[in-house]
Amino acid sequence: MSLNKDSKLNKKMFVRGVEQIATRDGFGNGLVKAGELSEKVVALCADLADSTRVNWFRDKFPDRYVEIGVAEQLLATVAAGMANYGKVPFIASYAAFSPGRNWEQIRTTACLNDVPVKIAGCHAGISVGPDGATHQPLEDIATMRAMPNMVVVYPCDSVEAEKATVAISDNGSPSYIRLAREKTPVMTTQETPFEIGKAEVFWEQKDPQVAIIGAGPLLHEAMKAAYRLSKKSNIPSIVINNHTIKPIDEQAIVKAAKLAGCVVTVEEHQVNGGLGGAVSEVLAKNFPVPIEFIGVQDRFGQSGKPKELYTEYGLTAADIISAVKRVIKRKTS
Amino acid sequence: MEKLHSEEDLEKRANDIRKDIIKMLLAAGSGHSAGPLGMTDVFTALYFNIMNHKPDEPDWEDRDRLFLSAGHIVPVRYATMAHAGYFPKSKLKTLRQFGSDLQGHPERVKMPSLESTSGPLGEGLAQAAGYALAARMDQKRFRVYCVTSDGEHDAGNHWEAVLFAGKNKLSNLTAFVDRNNIQINGHTEEVMPLEPLEDKYRSFNWHTLHIDGHNMREIIDSVNHARAVYEKPTVVICHTVPGKGVSFMENMVEWHGKPPNKEQANQALHELRTLGGKIMSEHE
Repeated sequence: MSLNKDSKLNKKMFVRGVEQIATRDGFGNGLVKAGELSEKVVALCADLADSTRVNWFRDKFPDRYVEIGVAEQLLATVAAGMANYGKVPFIASYAAFSPGRNWEQIRTTACLNDVPVKIAGCHAGISVGPDGATHQPLEDIATMRAMPNMVVVYPCDSVEAEKATVAISDNGSPSYIRLAREKTPVMTTQETPFEIGKAEVFWEQKDPQVAIIGAGPLLHEAMKAAYRLSKKSNIPSIVINNHTIKPIDEQAIVKAAKLAGCVVTVEEHQVNGGLGGAVSEVLAKNFPVPIEFIGVQDRFGQSGKPKELYTEYGLTAADIISAVKRVIKRKTS
Repeated sequence: MEKLHSEEDLEKRANDIRKDIIKMLLAAGSGHSAGPLGMTDVFTALYFNIMNHKPDEPDWEDRDRLFLSAGHIVPVRYATMAHAGYFPKSKLKTLRQFGSDLQGHPERVKMPSLESTSGPLGEGLAQAAGYALAARMDQKRFRVYCVTSDGEHDAGNHWEAVLFAGKNKLSNLTAFVDRNNIQINGHTEEVMPLEPLEDKYRSFNWHTLHIDGHNMREIIDSVNHARAVYEKPTVVICHTVPGKGVSFMENMVEWHGKPPNKEQANQALHELRTLGGKIMSEHE
């Protein structure tokens, strides 16, 4: 196995019975931790306290919890006022509604106003499943990363989500953390390094023919793809966990592109404007190489089981392997 | 800072501030005329009588906070702040110019004493309410004021904030409504009727008052009254004349969003000076 030793990853990540925990759970734990670390941390929720796991914070710090009701514009603007005062407000809802419905409020009252509102977008991506397209936000990375002052983090598992939540509670900036509903494999450990803005190499082989750059729980598919490429096709690769989409780790991305000569990006988001877009911007500017994009190809989601949807939308390890083979061909032709 | 207590002093000051508004809009070549002139008396009362604040120490922790939700009328705030001593009056001519911190709509990052960034309508009251709630969590004694326009009462975000402040009994929050009955597309009651506005607030668990927004005594009394209400936020509906003080601007919808040209500015200044002169002659 070619797991990067320095990343201290979960060695059982490829085992069938790998532990699975939702990133929203990691957020819930991280928020409690952040609350213990600083009395300034408060939480606001738009009528979804249980499913966003903000109830864990509410039960521990009832005096620092603010119930907003089904009003995401209010959620953002009340939080902006509290952040302006000196609190560190986390606002929690489904990403389809926050930052889906309150984009302008976030832009004006958090980003332009430059106050540290922390937006937790839960139930992001198509893996929300049966609820269907209305509840499957696939554009939130694009809309959040376009804004000056905003930090955008997309943790790959629950352990990283917990660390990311604590990290953004203390970074002084408006920040967006993208979270998923479904239980997903735990890839990292408490010892895995995490620093906002610093991408981590998770899979590392000599003379890689491709660099796979991913973020979020779908990174597990990327790791499976790298494993199979190595075993079955004799294609060495590197896999990068690009958990911070803004500010993006330009150095790590350029280094990977130089090393491998081509890139596949992997995300549960529209290919327009998401992680793939961000990586392309870096490489077009610094070191252009062929890129293939795994993600939702300008379509809306639909009801179904997460697995069915991953297959329908081309987000599986098999799809990543096909993309790797395509991009390597483009490199040599 | 030293407060002005007599109505006469406050009125004279308001007249001077109106002149500066006309001059700065002329220099800027764009901007809103009607709203700033209509709210000059309220802003003068706030900065020269009502609020606890220190222009030479703008980040004083115990200052009262003023949120301007209707960011487009910010010229009145800039002019009033210059008169109060926050910055030199000469700076007013830089309104809306490249490199100036007197942005077309208020930006807190460029000028922290503006307290917040606003312009997109319907968002200010929610920020003020969040601020007031956070302050109450920490047992702060200062008060939070928020100036809103009537037109922005069309926005859902504003009414969400009215619900929220009512629910949380934010008695440290006082909102002013610039009830001038105009907005860009016409009269408010034609664009989207707001009446009975006071009843609406009352049914959302607010304490309500309505006043003549050009009467200094009524403005000051309304705020003192609000301070004595412990269980509810208070809204003061200020009936104002948009463009107040300049005959050809008063109550004219078309003056909502444009500045005067040189000739119009001269006429406006003449009228305002005459108004000042009248006050003088009455007391001579």
